[in-house]
Amino acid sequence: MADVSPRTDTSTDADTEDKNLRFQINQSQGIVASDGSDKYRDQKTLRRLAQNREAARKSRLRKKAYVQQLESSRMKLTQLEQELQRARQQGIFVSSSGDQSQSMGGNGALAFDVEYARWLEEHNRRINELRGAVNSHAGDGELRIIVDGVLAHYDSIFRIKGDAAKADVFHILSGMWKTPAERCFLWLGGFRSSELLKLLINHLEPLTEQQLSSINNLQQSSQQAEDALSQGMEALQQSLAETLAGSLGPSASSGNVANYMGQMAMAMGKLGTLEGFIRQADNLRQQTLQHMHHILTTRQSARALLAINDYFSRLRALSSLWLARPRE
Amino acid sequence: MDRIRDLASKKAAVIFTKSSCCMCYSIKQLFYELGASPAVHELDKEARGREMELALIGLGCNPTVPAVFIGGVFVGSTTDVISLHVDGSLKQMLINAKAIWF
Repeated sequence: MADVSPRTDTSTDADTEDKNLRFQINQSQGIVASDGSDKYRDQKTLRRLAQNREAARKSRLRKKAYVQQLESSRMKLTQLEQELQRARQQGIFVSSSGDQSQSMGGNGALAFDVEYARWLEEHNRRINELRGAVNSHAGDGELRIIVDGVLAHYDSIFRIKGDAAKADVFHILSGMWKTPAERCFLWLGGFRSSELLKLLINHLEPLTEQQLSSINNLQQSSQQAEDALSQGMEALQQSLAETLAGSLGPSASSGNVANYMGQMAMAMGKLGTLEGFIRQADNLRQQTLQHMHHILTTRQSARALLAINDYFSRLRALSSLWLARPRE
Repeated sequence: MDRIRDLASKKAAVIFTKSSCCMCYSIKQLFYELGASPAVHELDKEARGREMELALIGLGCNPTVPAVFIGGVFVGSTTDVISLHVDGSLKQMLINAKAIWF
């Protein structure tokens, strides 16, 4: 009689398999023994073993199918993330569904983008109010209230940025929350006060000698502070690069693994100081605005704030034009 | 504390730093740009560095480095120094302490 191996896969149906197994075992055992309890126990064992093998095989097949599904889902997810990033770059606000699979960092960035958009809207409303007051030759008292309001509102974005930098410093540093043309001029997560003052000087006339000298000093001081912070950032980059380069090399021995971990820990520490640089840069912006206001009269401050807003509005308009430009 | 006070009184401009601190590097560059030659003491290289750091915490210096003293007087850390520089006070302090001349 032909020896039919129970491993031969002739069907995937469990019941049929079972019947086949029983048949195969009976065949290899010879005629069915009606009274041999030993033979029956052997039959049972053999059958159990064969069933185990079959179950194991099916389990492996299921696992393989599951892993393949995971891989293709992962690729899809990466694609979606890239699309989302592209959409955001184009200024299209994509709302988060509150999906828990999103990382904390991602949520922090989106949350900030929303807050910034809201802040900008409120800022524009205040600027329009200021423009109205200036054009209608409002009194100093009324102007001062509106100007103080705009400056206090500036304070709130610096506070919001500070919190956002704690959650996701790289998002703030990237400037992705600003429009493309603004990003051209990005310095440590925001605008350069010294450049702003250079632009303003011509729009602030008439200035007294004292005022002109003070504004020039302010421009020079903020430039010096900016340079100092920039050099600190360069030193940080250099230090980080050296730390990471130090961990290169043959990674065979366990000693090197310990080295690697130590150097990664050091690099992590250095990355942590980035938030401090953003904070100091924002502090510089805030202080420069405050001191400018201190040097100028109320009316001059009003005109300065309007000029600053005009400038950034143009940058944002330029960004929109750029994004909408016809392409081949 | 004594060591801090002692070192702080020895030169018109004194900065306490740590060798790995890049913000300290920024503040040092600012002082050099202004023409000051501050005495720089790295706490991680000082024998009593930990003690000195605690003394700075006691002075309210946050973060502890960089810690700036002008004319022996505690000025503050980075935020304070930059704020004082923006309104012109830092330069005046340095002139008064004869760390710079103009």
